[in-house]
Amino acid sequence: MTAAALLQAAAAERILVKDGAFGTAIQQACLTENCYRGDYALSKDQKGNNDLLCLSKPQLIEEICAGYATAGADVLGTNSFNANRISQADYGAEHLVPEMNRAAARIARDVANRFEAEDGRRRFVAGALGPTNKTLSLSPDVNDPGFREVDFDFVCDVYREQAQALLEGGADFILIETVFDTLNCKAAIMAALDLAPIMISMTLTDLSGRNLSGHTVEAFWASVRHAKPLTIGLNCSFGAAQLRPHLSALSQTADTLIMAYPNAGLPNDLGAYDEAAEETAAQVAEWVEEGLINIVGGCCGTTPAHIAAIAGTVAGKPARSVAQAPSRTVLAGLEPMVLA
Amino acid sequence: MSTASEAIALVPSATEGRVSTSLETDGQLEPVSAATSFVNIGERTNVTGSARFKKLVLAGDYDAAVEVARQQVENGAQIIDVNMDEALLDSELAMTTFLKRIAAEPDIARVPVMIDSSKWSVIEAGLKCVSGKPIVNSISLKEGEEPFLDQARRVRAYGAAVVVMAFDETGQADTAQRKVEICERAYQLLTGNGFAAEDIIFDPNVFAVATGIDEHRRYALDFIEAAREIRTRCPGAHISGGLSNLSFSFRGNEPVRRAMHSVFLFHAIPAGLDMAIVNAGQLDVYDAIDPELRDACEDVVLDRREDATERLIELAERFKGTDAAAEKQAAEWRSLPVSERLSYALVKGIDAHIVEDTEEARQSASRPIAVIEGPLMDGMNIVGDLFGAGKMFLPQVVKSARVMKKGVAHLLPFIELEKDEGAKGKGRIVMATVKGDVHDIGKNIVGVVLQCNGYEVVDLGVMTPWTKILEAANENGADMIGLSGLITPSLDEMVTVASEMERAGMNMPLLIGGATTSRAHTALRIAPAYSGPVIHVLDASRAVGVASALVSDGPQKAELIDGTARDYHALRESRAGRGDHELATIDQARANRFRADPDKRPPAPARPGLHKFGEWPLRDLRAHIDWTPFFRAWELHGTYPAILDDPVVGESARSLHADAEAMLDRIVAEHWLRPVGVVGLWRCWREGDDVLVLAGNEPVRLPFLRQQVKKREGRPNMCLADFIAEEGEDWIGGFAVGIHGSEPHLERFRQANDDYSDIMLKALADRLAEALAERLHHHVRTSAWGYADEHLSNQELIRERYAGIRPAPGYPASPDHSLKPMLFELLGGEPAGLSLTESFAMLPTAAVSGFYFAHPDSAYFGVAKIGKDQLADYAQRRNVDLETATRWLRPNLD
Repeated sequence: MTAAALLQAAAAERILVKDGAFGTAIQQACLTENCYRGDYALSKDQKGNNDLLCLSKPQLIEEICAGYATAGADVLGTNSFNANRISQADYGAEHLVPEMNRAAARIARDVANRFEAEDGRRRFVAGALGPTNKTLSLSPDVNDPGFREVDFDFVCDVYREQAQALLEGGADFILIETVFDTLNCKAAIMAALDLAPIMISMTLTDLSGRNLSGHTVEAFWASVRHAKPLTIGLNCSFGAAQLRPHLSALSQTADTLIMAYPNAGLPNDLGAYDEAAEETAAQVAEWVEEGLINIVGGCCGTTPAHIAAIAGTVAGKPARSVAQAPSRTVLAGLEPMVLA
Repeated sequence: MSTASEAIALVPSATEGRVSTSLETDGQLEPVSAATSFVNIGERTNVTGSARFKKLVLAGDYDAAVEVARQQVENGAQIIDVNMDEALLDSELAMTTFLKRIAAEPDIARVPVMIDSSKWSVIEAGLKCVSGKPIVNSISLKEGEEPFLDQARRVRAYGAAVVVMAFDETGQADTAQRKVEICERAYQLLTGNGFAAEDIIFDPNVFAVATGIDEHRRYALDFIEAAREIRTRCPGAHISGGLSNLSFSFRGNEPVRRAMHSVFLFHAIPAGLDMAIVNAGQLDVYDAIDPELRDACEDVVLDRREDATERLIELAERFKGTDAAAEKQAAEWRSLPVSERLSYALVKGIDAHIVEDTEEARQSASRPIAVIEGPLMDGMNIVGDLFGAGKMFLPQVVKSARVMKKGVAHLLPFIELEKDEGAKGKGRIVMATVKGDVHDIGKNIVGVVLQCNGYEVVDLGVMTPWTKILEAANENGADMIGLSGLITPSLDEMVTVASEMERAGMNMPLLIGGATTSRAHTALRIAPAYSGPVIHVLDASRAVGVASALVSDGPQKAELIDGTARDYHALRESRAGRGDHELATIDQARANRFRADPDKRPPAPARPGLHKFGEWPLRDLRAHIDWTPFFRAWELHGTYPAILDDPVVGESARSLHADAEAMLDRIVAEHWLRPVGVVGLWRCWREGDDVLVLAGNEPVRLPFLRQQVKKREGRPNMCLADFIAEEGEDWIGGFAVGIHGSEPHLERFRQANDDYSDIMLKALADRLAEALAERLHHHVRTSAWGYADEHLSNQELIRERYAGIRPAPGYPASPDHSLKPMLFELLGGEPAGLSLTESFAMLPTAAVSGFYFAHPDSAYFGVAKIGKDQLADYAQRRNVDLETATRWLRPNLD
């Protein structure tokens, strides 16, 4: 069976668990610039280049990854959120992109294989593509709304380079995550469509349920459905409580597995996330109760404790069956338009 | 002018099943999302179809080109077709530039785009700029199967739907048979290669008819027949067409073109045409087309007679230019002198150019204030005159006011610079909704109308204590004060304001308005409290007359003041004679109580206790709006839907309705509002006129009021408690609903000086609250309580053809607002997120609460006047002093 078929089979049996945040754990390791840089001769300051740690501090990434596997995660994301040419340009590390991604995937693959060997349960590796820090839908110049810093073909090439390297390193799927710009996502889909099964995760920028490019979750689903994604869902955005109505809308519309990984609540005054693991898990329990999700994990602020609490909550709960797709034409601007 | 949806509304098959809902067993509503059954695709952003758009794009004026798109969407286009196929243009650049520009406009970008080009390179360039799911228009088998499939695969990789033209290697399909053959072949190829059937749209080619060439005679009919066959053979796929070709022979004769398009749609839509590239303004309502012209068009479209073309050409001459003058005027108003442009914009309510025009006028004016006093006021005077003459209606006036406010807002900074004092127009009025009351639709309408007529309005908003009203009136040197309120306790508060004005030794006129106020109450209660002039103003249209008389120097002022005072005095005299003699004593009334049939007592609820409804689907509520009160809020009187065709207010009502629907589209799509509801179903019994409700451990006593007016033989003196059994098991319900979330949007409208949208949103939220109350009641009757098995239409529901009632505290059957805190407590405190003001007004204002009585004999009635004996008895039952009870029941004591 292919990895996709195995994932679907497992999701038909139970609620699966995805891992939590890399950033939070890396922050707690309080690394110096030297630690980030390792032996790489790079001209710019590397502090904060989390993706480079796959090469310079592989043990740290491995520990984080294994921490989540121990906590009960079935799906392990790679530490490659910014491992693309556009984001790495800020660190002058574009040339390391293929190597970084291969390493990121290999680390997760090794952890997955090790845990599978121990208990016979398949772990899946999702090669993560972040949104980049450039947007195809919006102009950075308020005086010139038609201006774009990048174009579709360029973004598509950037994603293709990253996706290929992730797959070479052993990723099962390509996870297009934290999508704030739907057109960026479409470029990523174009890049990965013929390479591997795709997982897609949108992020909402306001409580009314739109991403930064202005799409509602229904419009977003209409815009990316051609990718026939293995999973669709939401991540980051806000805490689980605020995500619920939008997740509910999505789970009623999308005829595929739903994966969601919220933040640990909303950030406090200091920008830190302090929702307790039990609290996140309690929210997730409601989602499960309502049949909103197949796979659930954590994003900003979550720790292995959160994932373990989530895993404890979903254990033994009945699986969610995928929604039936009505064969209707759905077009979309920022909003969906349904034809009879 | 009409919209496409209006025209189509006359086609039976196109309106069926637009919105349906189903109740799941657990009582949660599961909406089936509103699916659109006919889509009009805007065609103005097409260089091949619109000379104006072409000119703008060629000149690189993308700002104006974007406005064309915006107007399309505002006018109801559900998709916009973008075409840049012009030899003088770099079409790829024009396509991508324009698409990126409209992506930055949420008002436009909310609808899907149709990327229209005969060049694949232009289409692909466009696909790289569109973030939603667009339509590609078009691909075809013209170059053979391989290029066709290759393009189709790429379309799919970009996540788009596709229009397939009925065109193959041998050419464009003209006969029905060829159209069907080519489309079916394309369908098999596409679906065989993994393309979803529902993402295929066929364009079987609309060709020109009535060209005088015999081979063209069947073109429209062939299209219609082919459409029917394609829909059968290609399940899931759609049919589209470009309408303008059809009437190509009648270029320059808009009335005939419009009639042809409408007739064609009338026949093609039932055959399966479900989208068309069409100028929504270029359609007539099928039934409204001149019958002679309609028949002639039908003869041509359906190829019904040999001489159809000749006859239409002959007839066409007569219809030519019937609206050319109006169109010319519409097109040419921009070239008028600036003062005329301003008044045109004000009268027509067009705000597109108001800022630039105002600026132009300012630059040539001696002082900025002169623009307001001159051209802007001149324009508003025309509006005021037309309104006064009944030739314009409130919604239009409010739109005009929006234009005026935008103009004034532009001038204000310049006026501030001049520190121009004392510019107070015709007069200055301080307006407020009184303390304890939160309703302001009516007050805002009056304010707008007064402003339109040159008055300066100082609006103190809602829940205004008397101190603030008096302070504002003195500080602003007001010429008069206007008080508004919707709920009955506000009447008392108005008396308080009047008394305080008296105490402060003021003498400026006091105007009283609002749904709960009356001439009688004003005369009996408010006027005696204040020695200055007190005048009840029935509605917005009277406000101007009253205000202008009050600020005039002439005799009108004295006439109005003295006349009103005499009038009110006479009213008091006539009332003074009436004592309690027409009232029965409370004991007599109780003896004559209504005896509900004990055998028809409702069964126990299927699910007793509290039921919370977190977020009721807006789409469902929208489908259940009772529109008649909406029009009444705008002072358009008549019953919906007949009001839309009313010879006098019909046009105004249609336009208002269209704006309301457009706002509802956004309310639903963007989740502006959050409808929340709570229901409680409890065991209860009756003790006298009280109902004792068992929600917790201790029963809660709900005292109701009984009619005391003497009745004819056989007519009972009703009390709500009569519907509850004294002994044995009986049940009562309570509910509260609220529509949350309007505040940020209202704030946005206020910032934009947009009273029209502000009032619109409030009026719609009120309607949605009522709709939710109605839906919840239905749910309770058929499910939660489950005593009824109903199959009623929306109209029947509005006419209340069901068993059981839901009387609200503060309304005639249960006039005491102070029951609300008890009801809210029963419902768990702050039910549906509602809170109460000190006068028991609910917040948010779009809210309904009340009781459920399920006995089939239960009916609405008015308690009307009660006697002192019942008042004293009620005070005792409520455990309050007589003074408090008097305050609560004042409206029923006068």
